[in-house]
Amino acid sequence: MDTLVAKAGGWLGLAFLALVMAAMAVDAPFAVHMIIVAFACLLMLWATVSRADYEAIARGLLKMPADEGVYDDDPIRWGVIATLFWGLAGMAAGLFIALQLAFPALNLGFEYTTFGRLRPLHTSAVIFAFGGNALIATSYYVVQRTCRARLAFPTLARFVFWGYQLFIVLAATGYLMGVTEAKEYAEPEWYVDLWLTIVWVAYLIVFLGTIVKRREPHIYVANWFYLSFIITIAMLHLVNNLSMPASLFGSKSYAAFAGVQDALTQWWYGHNAVGFFLTAGFLAMMYYFVPKQAERPVYSYRLSIIHFWSLIFLYIWAGPHHLHYTALPDWAQTLGMVFSVILWMPSWGGMINGLMTLNGAWDKIRTDPIIRMMVMALAFYGMSTFEGPMMSIKWVNSMSHYTDWTIGHVHSGALGWNGMITFACVYYLVPRLWGRPRLYSLRMVNWHFWLATVGIVFYAASMWVAGIMQGLMWREYGADGYLVYSFAESVSAMHPMYLIRAAGGAMYLAGFLIMVFNVWATLGGRVRTEKPMTETPYNAAADRPLAPVPAE
Amino acid sequence: MADLKQRIDEATGTSTVGHEWDGIEELDTPMPRWWLWTLYATIVWGLAYVVLYPAWPMVDSATKGVLGWSSRGDLAKEMAADAKRRAPTVNAIAATAITDLPAKPELMQAAVQGGGAAFRVHCVQCHGAGGAGVKNLYPSLTDDDWLWGGDLATIEYTVTHGIRNPDHKATRTSLMPAFGRDGILDAAQIGDVVSFVRTISRQEKASASSARGAALFADNCAVCHGAGGEGGRQVGAPKLTDAIWLYGGDRDSLTATITQPRNGVMPRWGGRLDPVTIKMLSAYVYSLGGGEKGLAPVAEGAGADGQP
Repeated sequence: MDTLVAKAGGWLGLAFLALVMAAMAVDAPFAVHMIIVAFACLLMLWATVSRADYEAIARGLLKMPADEGVYDDDPIRWGVIATLFWGLAGMAAGLFIALQLAFPALNLGFEYTTFGRLRPLHTSAVIFAFGGNALIATSYYVVQRTCRARLAFPTLARFVFWGYQLFIVLAATGYLMGVTEAKEYAEPEWYVDLWLTIVWVAYLIVFLGTIVKRREPHIYVANWFYLSFIITIAMLHLVNNLSMPASLFGSKSYAAFAGVQDALTQWWYGHNAVGFFLTAGFLAMMYYFVPKQAERPVYSYRLSIIHFWSLIFLYIWAGPHHLHYTALPDWAQTLGMVFSVILWMPSWGGMINGLMTLNGAWDKIRTDPIIRMMVMALAFYGMSTFEGPMMSIKWVNSMSHYTDWTIGHVHSGALGWNGMITFACVYYLVPRLWGRPRLYSLRMVNWHFWLATVGIVFYAASMWVAGIMQGLMWREYGADGYLVYSFAESVSAMHPMYLIRAAGGAMYLAGFLIMVFNVWATLGGRVRTEKPMTETPYNAAADRPLAPVPAE
Repeated sequence: MADLKQRIDEATGTSTVGHEWDGIEELDTPMPRWWLWTLYATIVWGLAYVVLYPAWPMVDSATKGVLGWSSRGDLAKEMAADAKRRAPTVNAIAATAITDLPAKPELMQAAVQGGGAAFRVHCVQCHGAGGAGVKNLYPSLTDDDWLWGGDLATIEYTVTHGIRNPDHKATRTSLMPAFGRDGILDAAQIGDVVSFVRTISRQEKASASSARGAALFADNCAVCHGAGGEGGRQVGAPKLTDAIWLYGGDRDSLTATITQPRNGVMPRWGGRLDPVTIKMLSAYVYSLGGGEKGLAPVAEGAGADGQP
């Protein structure tokens, strides 16, 4: 009882502290954020008090230790739902801002709904909220299964989940209120950054703790990738967000770096957010779920070692290619370009290992829609990791930079690779996590697959055309040596491309809605009567930690 | 637990490594040769590239690279080559007084082309891609309704010195009083003036109100806009008798303008752009459709107020 009182008192105290901060705030957004924090603390207070086992306390029972003979899957289930929820929010925001570009009236005349504020909402929601929740959930799942051990530090694991959701809410509401560090993909302000640091360190402890208590002699390749993702993101986040708050009660801070140093730090961060969040982290998902779904051994152990180490060594240097032909010194630009080009094969190592794992199970592409998604994800991964090094070559970059080609490149990676592999993993996870015989409908997975694939094709193709058109218009000189087009003319030429892009995005979102419905129905325990497709069998008896062997 | 359970995988005929995690095994397939050789090739290319181009940061600067290439040097070379190519035309335009340009059609043509390029960079933000202006905000340059004058030399002067630049003596300037805000006229009087202005622009029939407005106009407005509302270019006072309105010609717009005028500004481009570019810009604006034949060519800075 004493612990319960202390816990409840602690939450109440924190809520009170947050309200004091809100009262002392020097700007309105900071006050709003502190009220949100206070609200979160009160929610925790309510959960603490209402979910306590009073009977057990009354009878003076000690809390039973968790059963080490089953995996700790609760935070994973929450994570899957959070992935879908934030995915829906992020993709809807994406479609909306795509339409804003085609129809500026959709900015609606409010500062809160302008493109400038909704765009970081979209990018953060899909990368950090959708992708991040998928990464945390799958990493909890994979690390337990491949270590054959229950999750270490269960309370901390739950803190990571809820703490991360609070981070997302603070970041998203901040964007709408105009709170931003103006660093792409690192927009949240100093106090939100500090909070994420705490959450992320907790995440590292949970993950590492589980690896330490593993019952397998070796660490599986997926866990190398997860670990590199967690550690590197921590490092990137800390360095890029070094800043001095203007006030301890305000939402404004000033970056520790200035000018080109700041730009280089930002793109060192930005590029490796792609490299370690969207590449390494999702490769980790690929390394577990593709062999599981295909029921085939991983293609090459040696390739996985070499491509892992070369990938993480090379990626960290490639950031300067975002700053070609800027004030960044030539030598740093050279560095960024050279490392990006050498990065090509290490990136492809993951694609080869994923695709070739299907050796002996290629027929599943015809019959198993989840495998089909995985293959398409790997194909897009391969395509965008070829496109990336190519765009980093200065000669190409001089035309592609600042155009929508970059947007197309990002989305062929994000929609094709990150999205598709996440969908596949969620489809794999849902029946297993909720103990359902199978998904509500595998046929609907197939519909999702086609909608998403065609959507990406529309998206990427229109942005290639748009980007190359922009690049060529901007550099078009007449015979007399003068620029032919004004910037505004290139903008108006983009209109049809923007429409096609929005159509592609709408298809992708439609596919996602089908997924949400499919998962919803599966959770509801429904099974659609339909012609069967290939399913990967699930052995519940094998899906548990190895029991500790008593010493003899 | 630590023992390896190597076996030959049936489908591929390859040996497994012998580890197993949650049912996942790994094959001991060698790395694909094409993959490995392409990786080596990119590394070799990279090594060569960092020798050829600036690459290695040293104590106070970086290695210059064997080729001696630099992005600044590259740009300077391209710019120099282009300047050389354009030099004959540019020099010819520089040596020609702007009023003499129309007499040399080829030069005029080149000036209009170059001016168009400069216009697309510096002017379209306000005046629009085709110079048509923005309704109720910025004047159209495509018609023959000029605020400050539409012959070549006048346009050049306006572009060079800007409009209502408070920190520049030679700028075009004038200030329409805020008749409503400052209480010079009351609401009823402003209504009468509006009626009069709408009468002379043939939007309304003459009325008692417009008759009262005529007297007010004569006292307050005619000094700049002219007795009949024909406008005054000395002070950039718009013509009020035509259908072209800078800030709108309906009752509400006119009332708003008289109550609190906009007194629009334009940056001065002298000093920001070189004289040849300004000359070309002026030729382009002149060519948009409303260019007026110059009066007698005037030497620069002739008028007492510095205006041609």
